[in-house]
Amino acid sequence: MAQAKAKYLTLEEGFFAAFLLVLAFACVIIAGKTYDQVMAFHTSIGALFAASGAFIIFKNYFDDGGVDIPQEVGGKPNYNLGPIKFGAWAAVFWGVAGFTVGLIIALQLAYPVLNFDLPWTNFGRLRPLHTSAVIFAFGGNVLLASSFYVVQRTCRARMPGRIAPWFVILGYNAFIVIAGTGYLLGATQSKEYAEPEWYADLWLTIVWVVYLLVFMGTLWKRKEPHIYVANWFYLAFIVTIAMLHIVNNLTIPVSVFGTKSYILWSGVQDAMVQWWYGHNAVGFFLTAGFLAIMYYFIPKRADRPVYSYRLSIVHFWALIFLYIWAGPHHLHYTALPQWASTLGATFSIMLWMPSWGGMINGLMTLSGAWDKLRTDPVLRMMVVSVAFYGMSTFEGPLMSLRSVNSLSHYTDWTIGHVHSGALGWVGYISFGALYCLIPWLWKKRQVYSLKLVNWHFWISTIGIVLYICAMWVSGIMQGLMWRAYDRLGFLEYSFIETVEAMHPFYVIRAMGGALFVIGSLIMAYNLYMTVRYGEAEEAETASGEALAPAE
Amino acid sequence: MADTQSKEIDTISGVETTGHEWDGLRELNNPLPKWWLYIFYATVVWAVGYWVVYPSWPLISSYTAGVIGASQRADALAAYNAGLEERAKTGEQLIDASLEDIRSTPELLEFAMASGQAAFGDNCAPCHGSGATGAIGYPNLQDDKWIWGGTLDDIHHTISYGVRNGNDEARFGDMPAFGRDGILDDEQVTQVSNYVGSIAGLEPEDGVDLDAGLTVYIDNCAACHGEDGKGMQELGAPDLTGSNYLYGKSIEAIKNQVNNPRNGVMPAWAPRLEPATVKSLAVYVHSLGGGQ
Repeated sequence: MAQAKAKYLTLEEGFFAAFLLVLAFACVIIAGKTYDQVMAFHTSIGALFAASGAFIIFKNYFDDGGVDIPQEVGGKPNYNLGPIKFGAWAAVFWGVAGFTVGLIIALQLAYPVLNFDLPWTNFGRLRPLHTSAVIFAFGGNVLLASSFYVVQRTCRARMPGRIAPWFVILGYNAFIVIAGTGYLLGATQSKEYAEPEWYADLWLTIVWVVYLLVFMGTLWKRKEPHIYVANWFYLAFIVTIAMLHIVNNLTIPVSVFGTKSYILWSGVQDAMVQWWYGHNAVGFFLTAGFLAIMYYFIPKRADRPVYSYRLSIVHFWALIFLYIWAGPHHLHYTALPQWASTLGATFSIMLWMPSWGGMINGLMTLSGAWDKLRTDPVLRMMVVSVAFYGMSTFEGPLMSLRSVNSLSHYTDWTIGHVHSGALGWVGYISFGALYCLIPWLWKKRQVYSLKLVNWHFWISTIGIVLYICAMWVSGIMQGLMWRAYDRLGFLEYSFIETVEAMHPFYVIRAMGGALFVIGSLIMAYNLYMTVRYGEAEEAETASGEALAPAE
Repeated sequence: MADTQSKEIDTISGVETTGHEWDGLRELNNPLPKWWLYIFYATVVWAVGYWVVYPSWPLISSYTAGVIGASQRADALAAYNAGLEERAKTGEQLIDASLEDIRSTPELLEFAMASGQAAFGDNCAPCHGSGATGAIGYPNLQDDKWIWGGTLDDIHHTISYGVRNGNDEARFGDMPAFGRDGILDDEQVTQVSNYVGSIAGLEPEDGVDLDAGLTVYIDNCAACHGEDGKGMQELGAPDLTGSNYLYGKSIEAIKNQVNNPRNGVMPAWAPRLEPATVKSLAVYVHSLGGGQ
């Protein structure tokens, strides 16, 4: 830009630069003083990231600093797309990585020799790597990228801040790197889906608060009189995850120079807080967040109005009020008192219809456009995703009943249930969103090849079916074998016999997983080719970018 | 600005829209599906009914107990005690019966076999294998070779007190580390290992003096393993002429054992399991094929 540097650093730039410099300095001090190798490694990464962030802020200022970013160009909102582009590709990368780690641990369960007797590659460390990579790295980046896109478009406003959106997306991915490498090196809180240690949790809290501010700031700036339904769901997701994350991670570090910390809660209280968190991570991260995606991308792709405004309001509030109570159903027949267990189960049953409200609104939005399923594999993927959502939100309440749970708990049935939701619902709605989003972001007419999308759809659908059927059979068999008594009242099977019996199903599950991985690789190729060689779209809206996108 | 309400009729469905529009997205003004609403109400009614019947809502220092006085803890304890009682009918007879009586009374034998098999799967299988065929370092219980004796009483004693675990009654035998402690030199170890191999039917290594090996054997090994190499069960000294080589049957493995004997351990089960269960295990293991 040839304009004169009229201004100093903005307050925002100055604040972030100062914060990152202080952080980098603190990291260097801790790295120098710590006796803990993992802490030394993580603070070194932290110092590097924070210093690079500060450097980029200054470099950007000296390159074109002081020039205001126009809120509108040619009468149209000047949407900020750079962070979204980064998030979309981060999602593709982490998705492929997370699915692959999932395949590896599936193979380890079938063939334990693949643990290689090394601490870094054993199942215990790779399993949280898989779950965090797919939920938080893949799912999280899809949510960040899509929410930034959807909230700007449906508010007709550029999201606020020059640095803040980039801070959110890059800071979030820095959290992923810290968390993932921590698992491999053995730093863990041992709380399921909340494994990262205290310093990673603190960092995520900061990133999340900025995310909330950027999101609410965009809503504040909106040019539309009403707030679109997808944004209610995104906001519920952001606010609730903040609350869950903070309460479940109230830990006291042994020392600022070490990775280890202890949680404030103990015993059954800790278990209850953990599953209040765990269940609502499913409810507000994997359900509310992805329902937001559904509410934008399905009507957009189908080019039809949302089926029922009234249903969207009622099921939204019912979901929000009921979900938060259902956590205790993860702790049936444990030290948890029966009253808590009963409450959890009854709220889970009441949650059935509020969950299905989203499915109905998703599916019925297609009325008048069902023919598009034949020709548009992207839309088909999203519709099948909603069908999987309906199936797993029926199965979930069913499994929350104590009598069903006494058979299903601790078995592979749970794993099958989770994956019908994760692969079918979350996976497919995310793939659908990426197939829409990446051509839109790079102003291409369409994805590079719809035929490849079709291949992706069928290969991974077969994979999902193999996966969940294998786990249903294995899980129910396992549950029945555990509770089988002989005529004289002795257990019919020893534990090791039940493990042996599961082997063939573990092999089938791994095959299903392999197909899902292959599907995701096809998607990555297709999306790359879309950006690289896709046919350009005639300029529809002018929308510049603030910072050089880090592609 | 879409402030002006622009409700219109969607041509495909014939339903009115709400008049809002965001980025081209509109919403139809469809009512709640009736079936959806009624099922939702039904689940709420069901939940309220469930709260009335079962313990559910927390109070300040207690909880609503429900009208039928249901308690899952009491139910579980009752079921557990009923199971114990059921089993005790026959189980108690096991406590007083001798091992031989158990084996010869069909009713007791059937019970002991069922109990023994279940207890074996949960306690013994991790080392001895679910088929009791053992592994390197863990004896095969299906064959008729016994380190500590294969009669019912021998087996019962071994299961009760275990091997080399510090228990006062535990089986104890301590093979000296002939190589590691310098009792024998390398050449003598080679000689005696080849001699032992030769009586076990292994091909000796080339150029090894087996006669010298025999001398070393008589001087150092025969006290426990016997001059004929048939072993001595009181000391837990295995028969060296047969096939039951616990740590592998090869000249190399024998040398290894002479140099650094493993002296493996087994836990004592009497302090952990019911007396009737230990008896059942003895009868079960005895029945596997090798009991004497």
